[in-house]
Amino acid sequence: MEANYERLSPDRLNATFMALADPTRRAILARLASGQASVTELAEPFAMSQPAISKHLKVLERAGLISRGRDAQRRPRALEARPLAEATEWLEKYRQFWEGNYQRLDALLEEMKTMEPKRPRTRRQGDQR
Amino acid sequence: MSTGTLQVTTPSDREIAMTRVFDAPRRLVWDAHTKPELLKRWLGVHNGWTLAVCDIDLKVGGTYRYVWRGPNRAEMGMGGVFREIAAPERMVATEKFDQSWYPGEAVDTTVLVEQGGKTTLTVTVRYESKEARDGVLKSPMKEGMEAGYDKLAELLASGGVK
Repeated sequence: MEANYERLSPDRLNATFMALADPTRRAILARLASGQASVTELAEPFAMSQPAISKHLKVLERAGLISRGRDAQRRPRALEARPLAEATEWLEKYRQFWEGNYQRLDALLEEMKTMEPKRPRTRRQGDQR
Repeated sequence: MSTGTLQVTTPSDREIAMTRVFDAPRRLVWDAHTKPELLKRWLGVHNGWTLAVCDIDLKVGGTYRYVWRGPNRAEMGMGGVFREIAAPERMVATEKFDQSWYPGEAVDTTVLVEQGGKTTLTVTVRYESKEARDGVLKSPMKEGMEAGYDKLAELLASGGVK
């Protein structure tokens, strides 16, 4: 399974994470998740100039997160799902590793609780004494 | 607050944060993170790996050192220095792996919040650069895997496996 992950380009993953680090760009992606939109439409909800929005779009495009539609007039931008899915996959892999650790910790804590002499099991939760 | 769901987020481009709720008082979760005999029971102990060395000098400026041993004599070591200790709620320490796959040192901040007998653990790891952070996300335990692969390569080279 690890071999699959090795095939992904680190540069592309870097570009994806960089693109996702900015709140405006995340908002743009969220907007595009509900359908393609032109630059003017994308700029509307933000207090930003069109050139500023275009800059963000360029970053997203470079990361492969969005693409341009064929319509020569509107050049609508559309969401590209794959790089986002890849970034999520990395995060998921990391999460799984730690979840394994924490499940073992859960079991250990249960054991530790039963060995606590000063904390009778009958004590109610939220009792702050 | 439900127990058992680990959340992993990237709060900034240099950080990874994990949040997890445990059904136990804070003091016990703290002990499980700071006492070697307890850490050896859960931290990275899977797929044939053991936490063979776990030395902790729990004081500001004190060091800690972990060494995991895995199948085929693979080894992975890491350690660091404690910067802040406020038992049982907050701990800041540096971390560096012996054969690090990310540049520089990272700083781990562990925060424990107890409510209604449950403890919310938040661990934030701050890397020296975004590239370092992304490298870690890309490949958790990569080093351990590589050590394993190195052994396999050796074995293949020696003709032990055909």
